Amino acid sequence: MTPQIESLAGDSTRLAALRPALKMRSKALLGVRLFFQSRDFIEVETPTRLKFPALETHIDAEPSGEYYLRTSPELHMKRLLAAGYERIYQIGPCFRKGERGERHHPEYTMLEWYRIDSDYMDILKDTHGLVAELARRATGGTSRITIQGRNVDLAREWKVITVSEAFKTFAGWDPAENFDEDRFNRDLVEKVEPALPLHQPTILKDYPIEAGAFARSKPGAPHLAERWELYLGGLEIANAYSELIDPIEQESRFHKAAEARAVLGKPVYPIDAQFIECMKAGLPPCAGIALGLDRLLMVFAQAASLDEVMAFRE
Amino acid sequence: MADYSASDLRKGLKIELDGVPFEITEFQFVKPGKGMAMYKCRIRNMITGGTQDRTFREVEKIGKPDIYSRELVYTYKSGDNYVFSDPDTYEEVEIAEDAIGDRKWFLIEEMHVNILFYNGKPIDFDLPVFIEKEIIETEPGFRGDTANNVTKPATLDNGYEIQVPIFINQGDIVRVDTRTGKYADRVSSAGRK
Repeated sequence: MTPQIESLAGDSTRLAALRPALKMRSKALLGVRLFFQSRDFIEVETPTRLKFPALETHIDAEPSGEYYLRTSPELHMKRLLAAGYERIYQIGPCFRKGERGERHHPEYTMLEWYRIDSDYMDILKDTHGLVAELARRATGGTSRITIQGRNVDLAREWKVITVSEAFKTFAGWDPAENFDEDRFNRDLVEKVEPALPLHQPTILKDYPIEAGAFARSKPGAPHLAERWELYLGGLEIANAYSELIDPIEQESRFHKAAEARAVLGKPVYPIDAQFIECMKAGLPPCAGIALGLDRLLMVFAQAASLDEVMAFRE
Repeated sequence: MADYSASDLRKGLKIELDGVPFEITEFQFVKPGKGMAMYKCRIRNMITGGTQDRTFREVEKIGKPDIYSRELVYTYKSGDNYVFSDPDTYEEVEIAEDAIGDRKWFLIEEMHVNILFYNGKPIDFDLPVFIEKEIIETEPGFRGDTANNVTKPATLDNGYEIQVPIFINQGDIVRVDTRTGKYADRVSSAGRK
């Protein structure tokens, strides 16, 4: 046997062993579509190749000729909201340059949904219902899954903790009072995330406005952003916002991200002027979320790495 | 020497921090949703063997140590030093007994070892996993007793004390696992060499 054929045989063996995980993935995708169909959402598709990837300090886009591969479908989906679509969702690939590890892959499957006249806590209700429903469909009929050796019912109450509480408890300071980006990121990864409950889905909410990305500020508390993140078994699964709809504030955040990227020596993407124009014309109050489907499948499959739930990895 | 970027880090890479060489023994890429990429590492001090955890941010530059390894031959002991030499050039390298520690018991003349150099100084070496040694002293065992779980003390030809199964006799050649310093198995019996 030539080495090439041997490795092909090895690849077939690996792929054959992934059958239960790939079946689970297929059931989950169907589950997403049934869930949103029954709630009157429209499934949409938006471009994968973009001229103007969303400008965020720490998210790098993969160049593709004169375009970039999308890091998120967010800006195009908001243009649909501005055009009058009330509830939309999308399942599709997103790309992030340089992100590779057991919990990261430069190409992965994102589920995003948006709804108008809603805020981030409405999105939390959707998410709770969806995640429990997907567990039922994908893992064998019940919303109970096993996380690190213990039975966890995803339909039961989720823990909700503010970023300030979590940091004060586990890192000894409040980033909402005196934001320090470096310290925030480091303590989040080293102190806060490892201390979150493993056996209860946990929502970390109300981020310092500086870490709010595209979230609007909290009414009556302008130093906080209406943003939350879902953790399952300690793994970050989804990121939700009451969306920022003020074009002036949005432009100012894009400029700040552009400056920060320049300081870090990263490429600075041009601002999506059409997106700003559509915000100026009027983006209705809305909320949305990005959920990493591969990561959710990792939790369902009790996998230690994305290798166990993706057919092909670089 | 040029530095590493944080994105170069991976398991097994050797780095330099504050003038000390470390090896990365565990490695995890982490990146909170909107935050910067970080690299969580467990690193082992290559001089003392101690380990610690260290998280590097994507913007950090990390020192690249001047480290290389060479295969040399252990030739002889000179005072408190063990002397290794290059079989081609006869160049000699000495390592102090203190730095060698318990592994001195497993060095055999003419043995090839990989020596690791940091800034031109030897800091570590790899022994073969198994070495063969003669038992020069042990109480006689009971005839027919081949149990493996009962042990007795024995002495190797260099004076090293080791626990061996009851059936091992004086003059037997045994294999020793240099990672644990423990008896592995019998190579040949006395008289049947």
